[in-house]
Amino acid sequence: MILPKIRVLRSHGRQAIEDLDAVTLTEEFRGRPELTFTEETDDAERAAAICPTGAFTADPLTLDLGRCLFCGECARVAPRNVRFTNDYRIGSPTREGLVLHAGDTCVAFDPQSVRPEIRRCFRQALQLREVSAGGDASVEMELNATGNGNFDLGRFGIGFTASPRHADGVVVSGPISANMAEALEICYDAVAEPKILVMCGTEACSGGLFAESRAVDRRFLETHTPDLWLPGAPTHPMTYIDGLLTLLGRKKRN
Amino acid sequence: MNYLVTDNTSGALRLEEIPEIPYATFYELMHTWLADERHHVAHYFALPSDDRMRFYCLVLDDAEGKILVTSHAMGYYDETHLPSLTALHPQMHPFEREIAERYGIRFDGQPWPKPLRFPFDRYDRQSSIDNYPFYTMAGKTLHEVNVGPIHAGIIEPGAFRFICNGEQVLHLEIALGYQHRGVEAAFTATENRLRQMCLAEAIAGDSAVAHATAFAEAIEKLTGRERPAQLDRERAVALELERMAMQIADTGALSMDTGYQLGQVACEALRTMTINTTQAWCGNRFGKGLIRPHGTDHPLTPAKSAMIRQNVREIARRYDEVRRDIESSPTLLARFEQCGVVPREEMRRIGGVGQAARASGLARDIRATHPWGSYGKCLHHESVVETSGDVMARLEVRSREVAQSARYIDRLLEIYERKYGKLENPCGTPDYTTSLTPSSLAFGMVEGWRGETCHVVLTDAEGRLAACRIKDPSLHNWMALALAVRGEGISDFPICNKSFNLSYCGHDL
Repeated sequence: MILPKIRVLRSHGRQAIEDLDAVTLTEEFRGRPELTFTEETDDAERAAAICPTGAFTADPLTLDLGRCLFCGECARVAPRNVRFTNDYRIGSPTREGLVLHAGDTCVAFDPQSVRPEIRRCFRQALQLREVSAGGDASVEMELNATGNGNFDLGRFGIGFTASPRHADGVVVSGPISANMAEALEICYDAVAEPKILVMCGTEACSGGLFAESRAVDRRFLETHTPDLWLPGAPTHPMTYIDGLLTLLGRKKRN
Repeated sequence: MNYLVTDNTSGALRLEEIPEIPYATFYELMHTWLADERHHVAHYFALPSDDRMRFYCLVLDDAEGKILVTSHAMGYYDETHLPSLTALHPQMHPFEREIAERYGIRFDGQPWPKPLRFPFDRYDRQSSIDNYPFYTMAGKTLHEVNVGPIHAGIIEPGAFRFICNGEQVLHLEIALGYQHRGVEAAFTATENRLRQMCLAEAIAGDSAVAHATAFAEAIEKLTGRERPAQLDRERAVALELERMAMQIADTGALSMDTGYQLGQVACEALRTMTINTTQAWCGNRFGKGLIRPHGTDHPLTPAKSAMIRQNVREIARRYDEVRRDIESSPTLLARFEQCGVVPREEMRRIGGVGQAARASGLARDIRATHPWGSYGKCLHHESVVETSGDVMARLEVRSREVAQSARYIDRLLEIYERKYGKLENPCGTPDYTTSLTPSSLAFGMVEGWRGETCHVVLTDAEGRLAACRIKDPSLHNWMALALAVRGEGISDFPICNKSFNLSYCGHDL
């Protein structure tokens, strides 16, 4: 009875990532894209035409990460204009911050855009309630992964709660289906002030592939202003961890 | 002839070739077919065009490895009452409910005439997910427990209503639809093939490869272009990697719900290893971007192949240690064995598929019965079947499939290394511009980790996508979960639920 456990323990070893800042993702990972202006725009126009969510525009040359599915097709069609790096630091406190232009070398994170009470109240500890509203379960699984033995977000005093009553804020995933709109509103209302709102995943940021769908109801965003936008299809656990720590002022973006 | 016989590898069917029979004949035909356990319904849907409605039905014949396709039709002004098949064969229930909800067709004698997913284009706009007509029972000793739509963990929404006698569950009803985001309509709203591929990947994130493969295969049948054998093999590697990742993840989830932290932590780490392997191959932990029509953007290289083989071998070895530990822990076995039993006959009647059906002794597995691509060629698949139908059986199926998938991946990559190691990209590059055969129907049918995943794609006279009808295996299997918890203590619901791990988004679309 004890031997099999020892075997599991020995094989498992120690897998926690000691220093999350030192993490570099595989070269294949499609993270923050870099855009380069070229006089000749044929490639960029073809890339804009095939972009599945209209995230990429040729004139002016921009890529809206809030709509991007990171499929990488634009980089294949217009390799001189777009290149995906493996940089996962792509969260932004503002929706406009997710729109990248030619020459941008990082997703800007202006501390001035963060409400002061967020850092005052939640810097040391932050508990969040997650609401899946029409997502495809991939963002939800990545959020679960942030707490696992590898990433261990709990070490920063950040985690998820079962009840909105115990939470300091809400994380939304999915494009907000009409059938979930009311439940999301009720859940958000149940969280005591002050509270934060995080939109996690490209579908949450813009509706993604379902932005035009009649089954989606995004009026929630007309009355509530998110504090953090985290793109990705799905959002990588490192993007989520980096985004929250930067929001709380425990990490700086260069 | 009342129906057309095809298989999982032949091309698209012309719509006019598909027999259109009177409903009475269809009813008799279905009744005879479904009475035999070798048949089960794979898809049944209605499609309006002009002033008539045509109903297509795909039935799988497991014994012969064939797919039987038939249809019936009705005019817009015709009497809309059809005798329900659900009353005879409960496996028809989600399909009849979907047709009734969407188009207002009434099925007479339907024993469970309830909404399925509250789609935005439903016939009765007065119906709302907020007042789903839950079944109730009166009794002084009974109470109801409502869970959801938002659950305690980070999972998708769905409303569960338990009727309990003390701790014992008498009845569970599951109301879904919260995840409905209009997937099927989105497919036909665009002509951008890449966008359609991305949509297929977004149907259920944990089955992104299965759904993307099903859609890509349907599209490839409509273009009539042959696939290189290596492309089939790479898709099989991706599919088996996805299967390994999810079977391991669910072992971890079952461990978590029984307080077995060692297994939970070990499985979470092993799942991380598996999906990081997929990420190192294609840049996405869920395999999004890997499956594309006619080719691939992420062909294997000798280095990647070696990396995958090495990781998979290590994962399988370590996972086997967890399995051994579970099997030698009486406290875990006491929770898993004899819990959440779905007997074989019940599983057959509700039309269960995939790993849940195999745990109840029903060998439903598209890889074995209706092989496509590499299955049946370089892989001779034998289904993993358990008979006890309890949580333990579902866990056993998972753990045996992890070992099986690891062997398959190794075999496929060995072939790659031997044959193509030095070639640039034997799979070809994706093509999003191919034209589709007009007025045709094609389906892609794939055994994902949950079970049979089916995409039926229809084209109009101009060769545009007229409809994409998607069936996630969860559509069949949600009823199995409701049956599994009957008679169990309500505290065993979490492990019953995790042992199935069904998809909400794949059901709601």
